[in-house]
Amino acid sequence: MRFFIPQDTTALACGAEAVARALQAAGVEPVRNGSRGMFWLEPLLEVETEQGRIAFGPVSSKDIPSILDALETEASSHDLYLGPVDQIAYLASQQRLTYARAGLGDPVCLNNYQALNGFNGLKKALTLTGQQIVDQVKDSGLRGRGGAAFPAGIKWQTVLNCNSEQKYIVCNADEGDSGTFADRLVMEADPYQLIEGMIIAGLAVGATQGYIYLRSEYPVAHKLLNIAIERAVEANFLGENIQGSGKTFHLEVRLGAGAYICGEETSLLESLEGKRGMVRAKPPLPAIEGLFGKPTVVNNVLTLAAISSILEQGAETYQNFGMGRSRGTLAIQLAGNIKCGGLIELAFGVTLREVVEDYGQGTYSGRPIRAIQVGGPLGAFLPESQWDTPMDYEAFAAIKAMIGHGGIVVFDDTADMAAQARFAMEFCVVESCGKCTPCRIGSVRGVEVIDRIVANEDRDNNLILLHDLCDTMEMGSLCAMGGMTPFPVRSALAHFPQDFTGQGLGDN
Amino acid sequence: MDINQNEQQSIIDLVDQHKDLPGALLPLLHAIQGEVGYVPDSAVAIIAGGLNLSRAEVHGVISFYHDFKTQPVGRNTVQICRAEACQSMGSRLLEAHAKETLGIDYHQTTADGNITLEPVYCLGNCACSPSVRVNDDIVARVDQDRFDELVANLGGSQ
Repeated sequence: MRFFIPQDTTALACGAEAVARALQAAGVEPVRNGSRGMFWLEPLLEVETEQGRIAFGPVSSKDIPSILDALETEASSHDLYLGPVDQIAYLASQQRLTYARAGLGDPVCLNNYQALNGFNGLKKALTLTGQQIVDQVKDSGLRGRGGAAFPAGIKWQTVLNCNSEQKYIVCNADEGDSGTFADRLVMEADPYQLIEGMIIAGLAVGATQGYIYLRSEYPVAHKLLNIAIERAVEANFLGENIQGSGKTFHLEVRLGAGAYICGEETSLLESLEGKRGMVRAKPPLPAIEGLFGKPTVVNNVLTLAAISSILEQGAETYQNFGMGRSRGTLAIQLAGNIKCGGLIELAFGVTLREVVEDYGQGTYSGRPIRAIQVGGPLGAFLPESQWDTPMDYEAFAAIKAMIGHGGIVVFDDTADMAAQARFAMEFCVVESCGKCTPCRIGSVRGVEVIDRIVANEDRDNNLILLHDLCDTMEMGSLCAMGGMTPFPVRSALAHFPQDFTGQGLGDN
Repeated sequence: MDINQNEQQSIIDLVDQHKDLPGALLPLLHAIQGEVGYVPDSAVAIIAGGLNLSRAEVHGVISFYHDFKTQPVGRNTVQICRAEACQSMGSRLLEAHAKETLGIDYHQTTADGNITLEPVYCLGNCACSPSVRVNDDIVARVDQDRFDELVANLGGSQ
């Protein structure tokens, strides 16, 4: 009987280490797998039996003796018994491509990865020309998953077309949006998939050096990525003459230093070069003049991770998921005040209401949902009237919202939306790189104006001023930090105006 | 704050180890902070000399990033997540409780030098909020009692 207890951040944060020690004390050496992404069940203990893998959760160390007893007799009699893990509805109803391997085994075990179709995409890529790989990516319809949703194949084509001896692949793993953990889950549950995607990207555009720019807030991912890279080098999937192909690709993890703005690609490149993370004006595009002035592919973790399955299963398979111009699957991250939070990978097109009600099962507090913020701190707050919007880039853009990196943060009816609007401005004060005046100064003034509105000081004029300020920020900022901070502010004002009256919470 | 000779030597060694790395400054600053606990003012000139940068450039980078400290910090660092997912689960109350029980504001250190309190914007544990990071451990669903427990485990003079 094999036992599995995850080593990902959330499982550890919920006490997985103590559970592992309790198992060891009982004479059982558990496999430290990645998480399945059903975070409300963490620590999720899985046991491989003759009937397949069964699950118990959330488990604490004191439950271990009774679980071991139940396994001797009737496992299903235990209070924490969840049944076969792959039949848990939350997981069974998903369409997992990127997360197909998440939680199955030890994330840094190379044999395990290869036994689960790992490196098949790379093997295929090694038989193709750069142009053929880029064509596959174009045909898949894959769009950048970091938030901007730019077609990945077009970006790669631009880099491929550049004549340069040195090109770079940069993975944006600076997942700073609140409510997001999809990149982290890939890096902690299936790091080789990201490494494989980056090698393929290197083969496609002719780059021999890759960097993963990882936020310093992810110590577990940092440790696992470094182990995975070391083992991939030993097994000659990285380095010179990869698998005897004559191709070269080196990969290194670089740690950020706690600056949200470095998730913006040009700021990230500055930071990688060892500078302040100041946003660059575009053009030149990073694809033409990127890291150290060389042609550079900058893609999000999820974009690069998707590459290996696209190459392995073919562009058409990937393209068959989704709706409209949003092809493939979306890694939805359900977070905040939610009963069943976690990672939900589905084809584009599911509605927000289906996600929060069917998967999330409502709020953690048990109170009614009041607002949902999608797409991180720069995303709009959506009231109930907008929850039937399908999760598709264009459908969200049509209601002045964004899917962004796919994070969903749920607020119950105790949320003060004026305080949330104020926080959006305050966050911009703390995290603005300072290059554009509307962002650097406008955010400071934004906090002050919201305070005056809530205090009922010259209310009508201050409301006009706030909208004016939002216009200036939207139109006068180089990047999304200043350009989109007004989205949460304006949506809070539009949909929850009663919260801005200084009378405390509104009635609804 | 003056540094001792050992610290100065280790900074010189680290600069030497990093100086040929492309984009060396961030990895170097992380390494110095890992060794000394912060980036002392006297390190700036050594770094600038080693990497062929101006002191202003080095200072500019240190001051840009929240992670880099220019003063000694406590033996333990406790970060409370201030981002939206944690707010939706009551982190504003947790922040107030933490500041009150520790008797310090953000970016300050308790009088006994045990704990430095810092804000953080997202630890990626947003489905089990509120989140707190104690040194390199992230802890989920931290209410006021759990916070007090975590602090008690760090010892200190109280």
